[in-house]
Amino acid sequence: MASKSGIVSRLKRRKIHEVLGAGNRMDGRALDEYREITLKTGVMEKTSGSAEVTIGKSRVLVGVKVQIGRPFEDTPGRGVLMCNAEFTPLAHPTFEPGRPGANAIELARVVDRGLRSAEILDFDKLSLIDGSKVYMVFVDIYVLSYDGNLFDAASLAAMAALKTTKRPVHTVKSGVIKLTKKTQALKLRKSPLAVTLAKIGDNFLVDPTADEEEVLDARLTVTFDEDDNICTIQKGGSDGITVEELHKALELAQVKVAELRKYL
Amino acid sequence: MESAKFSSRDLVIPGDVLYEGRIRTGDNTHRSEGKVVASRIGLVNYNRDMVSVIALEAGFNPLTGDLVIGEVTDIRLGRWMVNIDTAEVAALNVIDAIDAPFRPDFDMTRVLDIGDTVVAKIVDLDRRRTPILSILGRGLGRVNEGFLTRLTPSKIPRLIGKKGSMVNMILNQTGCNVVIGQNGRILIHGRTREQEAMAVKVINKVDKEAHISGLTSRVQEYLRILKEEKR
Amino acid sequence: MSKAKKTTKKKRTTKKSKAKTRYDGRKANELRPTTIESGVLPNADGSAYIEMGRNKILVGVFGPREMHPRRFAKPNEATLRCRYHMSPFSVDPRRSPAPSRRDVEIGMVMSWAIQPAVFLEKYPRSVIDVYCEVLEADGGTRTACINAATVALVDAGIPMRDLVSSCAAGVMDGKVVLDLGDYEDKEGEADVPVAYMPKLGKITLLQMDGVLPVKTFTECVDLAIEGCLQVNEIQREALKKKYGISEEAEE
Repeated sequence: MASKSGIVSRLKRRKIHEVLGAGNRMDGRALDEYREITLKTGVMEKTSGSAEVTIGKSRVLVGVKVQIGRPFEDTPGRGVLMCNAEFTPLAHPTFEPGRPGANAIELARVVDRGLRSAEILDFDKLSLIDGSKVYMVFVDIYVLSYDGNLFDAASLAAMAALKTTKRPVHTVKSGVIKLTKKTQALKLRKSPLAVTLAKIGDNFLVDPTADEEEVLDARLTVTFDEDDNICTIQKGGSDGITVEELHKALELAQVKVAELRKYL
Repeated sequence: MESAKFSSRDLVIPGDVLYEGRIRTGDNTHRSEGKVVASRIGLVNYNRDMVSVIALEAGFNPLTGDLVIGEVTDIRLGRWMVNIDTAEVAALNVIDAIDAPFRPDFDMTRVLDIGDTVVAKIVDLDRRRTPILSILGRGLGRVNEGFLTRLTPSKIPRLIGKKGSMVNMILNQTGCNVVIGQNGRILIHGRTREQEAMAVKVINKVDKEAHISGLTSRVQEYLRILKEEKR
Repeated sequence: MSKAKKTTKKKRTTKKSKAKTRYDGRKANELRPTTIESGVLPNADGSAYIEMGRNKILVGVFGPREMHPRRFAKPNEATLRCRYHMSPFSVDPRRSPAPSRRDVEIGMVMSWAIQPAVFLEKYPRSVIDVYCEVLEADGGTRTACINAATVALVDAGIPMRDLVSSCAAGVMDGKVVLDLGDYEDKEGEADVPVAYMPKLGKITLLQMDGVLPVKTFTECVDLAIEGCLQVNEIQREALKKKYGISEEAEE
C-alpha cells in the first residue's frame, strides 16, 4: 500500500528508523499507543446495523444487512455470513476504482475469519426452510479514508455494527414465509477484535500509520475473543519474525485489545 | 455603469461577478459577457486597474524559476523522472545535474537513485508543459536528512511571507532548517524532535488560517505560547 | 391508543390523491432538507459530503493528474472523469458492489453536466477524477451527486466558470412537484432531473422518465430550475462555511 509506483521514499524510511531509534514516532506517539479512536453506531438507516470507526485519519464504515437467501449446498440448514471489503477510491490517491484488489480481499478475509473462528453466530438458528431459505448476514466493509491500520478499524466497526444489528423476523407456515413487523437483535456468542502490530527494525509498533506501513518489515494482526483466546492471526510483510519476538508481540497485543474493547 | 461588486478581501466563489466594465483581469478571474468573474474560491482584490482573486484552494501551477521538492520515480536514458505533484512528471537531465553531458557508461544512480528526495529548480517548461528541472546551484540536490510535510500550494506564499518574513521567523524561533517547495512540499530538519514538532504545528496553523489577515502576528504569538509550554 | 389513530390518519393522507401536501408533508415546490459540507476527506484534493433527504453521498476529487492509460489523454484539454458508485448497503435489498450499467451511464451524464463549468483547457493531457460514493440512496442520487461534486471541485481549487446546481422535478398524482424522494420516484408519473448553471443560464443535465405532455414537461423544467437556484444557495453556504468560523474569530 505504498505510493502508486511502489517506490518507498528513502528519506521517509531513514527518518522513521532514526526517530524510532530514539524510542519515538513521527507523530509523537508512544510505540504502544493508538491514535484517537471514534466509534458511531446506527449511522445508516437502510441497514440492519451499521457503524463508523475512525482511527486517526483512517475511516471505515460497516453496513450489515440481514436478508433471506439460499444456503450453501453443503450446509442446507445453516445461515450464511459474508464479509466483503471495498477500498473506495476516495480513501487514498493510490486507490483505483474497480474490483477489490488483494489488499481489500485480505482485509475482508481477516475480519471474516475472526468472526467465523469465534463462532460468533449460531448458524443453525438462522434457517427458515432447511435447504432453500436461510438468513444471510452481509457485512460490508467500506473504506472511506486510508491512513494505515485498516484491520483494527474494520474489525472494530464490524463488531460494533453486528452488536447493534436488528434482523427482520419471519414466520413460516406450511412452506410460506411471511415477514412480520418485528425485528430481533442478532444473538452474538463472542466478540472478536483485531490488534495490528508493525515490526520496523527491532521495534513493534501498535496502530501503524500509512507511512509506517509503507516501510514496515513485518506485520502481525492478532484477533482475540473476550476470553483472550486467539481467533485468527495474519502475518504480513516481507521479513520474518523470531519466536521470541512473537511472544513479545502477543503479550503486547493482548494488552491493547482490552483497550479497544472499551469502545464496544 | 462601471462598478465593483464586492469589497477587497471579501470571500468569493466561482461564478461571482466581481466587476462590470473595463478593467484588467488578474489571477483566478475570467471575463464573461463583459463582466469580470471569479474562477476560484478566494479573497477578491481590487487594484487601480485590475481585479484578482487570492485563491484559498489551488493546485500547483509550475512556472520557470520555482523551487520544488520531489521524488525520483524513474531513471531513463540520460534523465531522471521526478514526481513534483504536477500532471506531467518532471524531468531532470544529466547535464542539469552534473554540468556535463551524458555518457552511456555513466552510473546515474551515483547522483540520484529511485526513491531519492530532491530539491530542484524548474528551469524550463517544454512544449508539453513538462517541467524541466536543474539541481545545479546552492541548496539544490539530493536530500539526506529531515522529513517532508505538505501545505496546499496556494498557501505557500503566506508561509514564505513578505520577503521571507514568515519563514525566517519560523526558522529563528524553532531552530529548524525549513525548505519550502512551491509545489506544497516542505522539508523540515531540526536538531531535536521537539523543534521539528513545533515547526509542523506552525505550518498546520498557517494552513488553517491563511485567509485571515494578521497572520504573521498570530503565528508570532503562537510560537511564543509553544515555547512557553515547552518550559 | 391515540398513537395508533395518528398512524392511520397519516396513511390516509399518503393515499389520498388530491391531498395538499406530499407523502412526506412537503409543499409542491419544497426541497428536501439538504446539507452540504466541504473538505471532509483528508486524502482527496477536494471533497464534499451531501445529505439530500435521506441520500448520503461522499464525493472526492483527485487531480488534475496524469492520465492512465496515456492514450486516453486529450492533447488539448483535461478529461473530467466522473464515477458513480453505490455502496452494497445503500439500498434494500443489498446490491452487488460491482458497477451496474446504470452506474456507468450516470457517471457519463454527470461528466457532461459538470464539464461546461470547468476550465478543462488549462490542463491538457491530464485527468480530473470525481469519485461519488452513494452511502445511502433515497431517490435523486444523481442530482445530489452533481451538487456535491461541484462543491468538491471548487474545494480542490479547479478553476470554474460557475457552480453547477442540480435538482429534479416530476409529476406525482397529476401534480408537478419538486425534488422527488424515493417513494415519489417509484410511484410518480414522471421524473425530470435537471442541472443548471445559474450565472450562465444553461441547462447541463436533462433527462426524463415517464410519459408527459409537452406543457407539463416544460413546467417540470421550470420548477426544477427553481429548485436548482435553492440548491445553489446551499452550495454557496457550504463553501463559505469552511472558512466562515475563522472569519468570525477575526472580529
